[in-house]
Amino acid sequence: MTRQIRRLSAVLLVMLTALLINVSVIQVWLAPGYRNASGNQRVLLEEYSRERGPILLGNTPIARSIPTNDQLKYLRKYSSGELFASATGFYSLVYGATGIERTENSVLSGSDDRFFVDRLQQLFAGRQPRGGAVQLTLNPKAQKAAFDGLAGRTGAVVAINPTTGAILALVSSPSFDPNRLSSHDPADIRSYYDTLTADPAKPLQNRPLAMTLPPGSAFKLVTTAAALENGYTPSSVIPGPASLKLPNSSRELRNWTGKGCGPGDKTTLANALAVSCNTAFAWLGIKLGADVLRSKAEEFGFNDSFAVPLRAAISRFPPGLDPAQTAMAAIGQFDVTATALQMAMVGAGAANNGMVMSPYLVQEVLGPDLAVLETATPARYNTALSPENAAALVKMMVGVVENGTGSNAQIPGVAVGGKTGTAQTAPGRPPHAWFVGIAPAISSQVAVAVVLENGGGAAEISGNRLAAPIARAVMAAVLAP
Amino acid sequence: MSAPNAGTIGNRPLPEYRQPTRRNTEALLLAVAIAVGTFALISVDLALYNQILTSTFVTVAVMSALLAGAHIVVRFTIPFADPVMLPVVAALNILGVAMIHRLDLAEQIRTERAGGTAPTPDLPSQLTWTAVGVALFIAVVLVVRDHRRLQRFTYTSLFVGLVLLVLPLMPVIGTTVNGATLWIRAAGFSFQPAELAKIALTIFFAGYLVVTRDSLALVRTKFLGLEFPRGRDLGPLIVAWLISLAVLVFQRDLGTSLLFFGLFVSLLYVATQRRSWLILGALLFILGATLSYYAFGHVRIRVQVWIDPFADAADNGFQIVQSLYGLANGGLLGAGLGQGYPQLVPFAKTDFIMAAFGEELGLAGVMAILVLYAILVERGMRTGIACRDAFGTLLATGLSIVLALQVFVVIGGVTRLIPLTGLTTPFLSYGGSSLVANWMVLGLLMRMSHAARTPDPVLIPVNRPVEASA
Repeated sequence: MTRQIRRLSAVLLVMLTALLINVSVIQVWLAPGYRNASGNQRVLLEEYSRERGPILLGNTPIARSIPTNDQLKYLRKYSSGELFASATGFYSLVYGATGIERTENSVLSGSDDRFFVDRLQQLFAGRQPRGGAVQLTLNPKAQKAAFDGLAGRTGAVVAINPTTGAILALVSSPSFDPNRLSSHDPADIRSYYDTLTADPAKPLQNRPLAMTLPPGSAFKLVTTAAALENGYTPSSVIPGPASLKLPNSSRELRNWTGKGCGPGDKTTLANALAVSCNTAFAWLGIKLGADVLRSKAEEFGFNDSFAVPLRAAISRFPPGLDPAQTAMAAIGQFDVTATALQMAMVGAGAANNGMVMSPYLVQEVLGPDLAVLETATPARYNTALSPENAAALVKMMVGVVENGTGSNAQIPGVAVGGKTGTAQTAPGRPPHAWFVGIAPAISSQVAVAVVLENGGGAAEISGNRLAAPIARAVMAAVLAP
Repeated sequence: MSAPNAGTIGNRPLPEYRQPTRRNTEALLLAVAIAVGTFALISVDLALYNQILTSTFVTVAVMSALLAGAHIVVRFTIPFADPVMLPVVAALNILGVAMIHRLDLAEQIRTERAGGTAPTPDLPSQLTWTAVGVALFIAVVLVVRDHRRLQRFTYTSLFVGLVLLVLPLMPVIGTTVNGATLWIRAAGFSFQPAELAKIALTIFFAGYLVVTRDSLALVRTKFLGLEFPRGRDLGPLIVAWLISLAVLVFQRDLGTSLLFFGLFVSLLYVATQRRSWLILGALLFILGATLSYYAFGHVRIRVQVWIDPFADAADNGFQIVQSLYGLANGGLLGAGLGQGYPQLVPFAKTDFIMAAFGEELGLAGVMAILVLYAILVERGMRTGIACRDAFGTLLATGLSIVLALQVFVVIGGVTRLIPLTGLTTPFLSYGGSSLVANWMVLGLLMRMSHAARTPDPVLIPVNRPVEASA
């Protein structure tokens, strides 16, 4: 029997060899393919043990990874967490990543294909791959001015460079501390997250991009643009009565002053914008028609989504409006809603000779060795106005600030343009206070939109009283040498 | 000039020849095994908690005490037993314990993160079962004073084996886990009786074949130029085949079914020294495999998953795909204990524990573990060859083959060499039945090894012809 046992042993040896060869093939030959398979969770988990690249403003990191002693080898630190939270987002073990941390994850984590060579070098050096850096377009002074201006009140600020579309300020208020959500203490992350979600002010909402609100009178900029492109001039005389009966409706629209907007209940277009004359714009809306208004709104970016690369909510100008609804839509009510980003783009379009630029937040993508891999190239989104009409609109906006409802946005020595807005919401709730501003009027460097949710008193003045000072501070910060 | 007398030299008695027992070698190797296991446990602790946990001290103490106990019993009752088997098993067992500890910690960390309470760790239970296993190992060594006596229980073993196989189908105590009905549950414990059945059935096969091998071997008919056994001699082979099929059909346990059939065919071959049995066995295996492929959905699914696990990676292929990802993550040298993600593979503590080792210890670790098994099997086969009686030879060979087949089937399944079947990895996997049964197997093998290597009680004088010197 000995010979049979020896033969069986040989068979078992062959089986052992088969196992060894097979497992070698898997662990050496096939391993790279398996490692990069899309369903492989280990890729995600591995990220947490790598040095994640920083998020920069200029050369200053506002988010970076510092080595720790615990099991997750790096901890994410945000130097001015609350100030930049709406841009950076957080990087949480429990709740995943948001903001730039999420949209630029492949760069920050180092898994981006552009880092292939670096990864290879790190592999041979026996080190973990490193992440690249992302440089943002934000202007720290403007961001700070906006954040301090909102001072914890519920609202949002977006500032844009009109000529490029670069986002200079992006603030959501109230904010949160991304450090606590990105910590390594799951219990604390959880309790903080629960506190944030329980807060009625919803601090985790990225308001400037995500919150769509009725823009109110600030939308009159779009209506004015539509009028200018359709034969009206700033000096065109239009009706501006104390109240206007809406067609096919029992409702009457009143001016917030309760009076007519000019002598004989007539007004120029420029004056109508300066005093924010509801009846004049409602009349214009009916006259121009829903389709003209909507297509003008869409040229500014309504009914479209933007990824800056953070995804912005779609601002709406609804289709199929009857004349009465069109009249309301023309003054930014009814179902018209807009994000702060959208309203900043309206101001920026006017300030940039009618050209609306695509907004963006990432200025540069840098490799682990800080070599520049990608620089943002400004791109035109649409042309909403001819240069002449754009200049006319800007001039009218200056009139709003200098002789009209937007007096609180004045900056000494600078021609500032703007438009206030006070959007009615549900009955019994305070209106949203808006301000859209540009400065300086010629060769504008900044367009800003400020909104304070349910912020002000009942009257049209709240846009000027509450939102305009914040806009002024932001614009002044951008213009400051 | 006279040839030296074997018994005396001149008037002096010949210096007594003492066969070395090699017990000190065993003790040394055991110390090495414990050291390796201790390092494994410590590196798990350091990787996950940056400190050595109390449980590690307890584990090392318990394992050391158990293995020392086993060693002492071996030293005083079966001193001539093979010195390598016990340390190899000790190394496998303690490595398994370390990996179970590592997976316990992974669960603990995960639940801590999720804000829940950590589940009861499996480490204490595995240590308890190891203690039971070692106790039964000692019991086997002490009770089975002569393995030849087991031959008397040939048919009793068949009966016991069949009863054990049928137990999980009993209404109250039987339990179906993951589609396979191979568990019994009583008094809060669950047990896989097939693990014990494999010992009983090996005893039966060995006892049966010792008696019948001559008729099986000698009476032949020729067919297609090959000699084949007569039809009536085919009976036992057919019965074994049917038992295997029954296990497959009623308990949906592919692995156990394969194990029994492979065991019986191999033993038939050894006992009768006829290759025709292997050919017949292979044909019956192909027939059974084909039949069950077409008859049973679960077999079909297993095969399809084997051919392309990624086609159904979220559902049926999930386990094997996760296992492959784990192995890939391990690569050549492994992620390091505590530094991979073996907890992502379902059943990492039981069927898929090799995937966990592959991930954290890499190809190097998998090879080391496979070589440990190879040494154990080789030592078992060697014991079979060394046994002085046919029953012992068949029993030792049978037990070794069961071990080898089980390792091949489960590791081959986990690494997608063959379709996945679902068996525990001997000594490594979490689970009482497997651990206890395999420790008993070790007891039998070492008892037989002792019998084979013991020098005869009376030294028989040997007169060597001595060439005349010039």
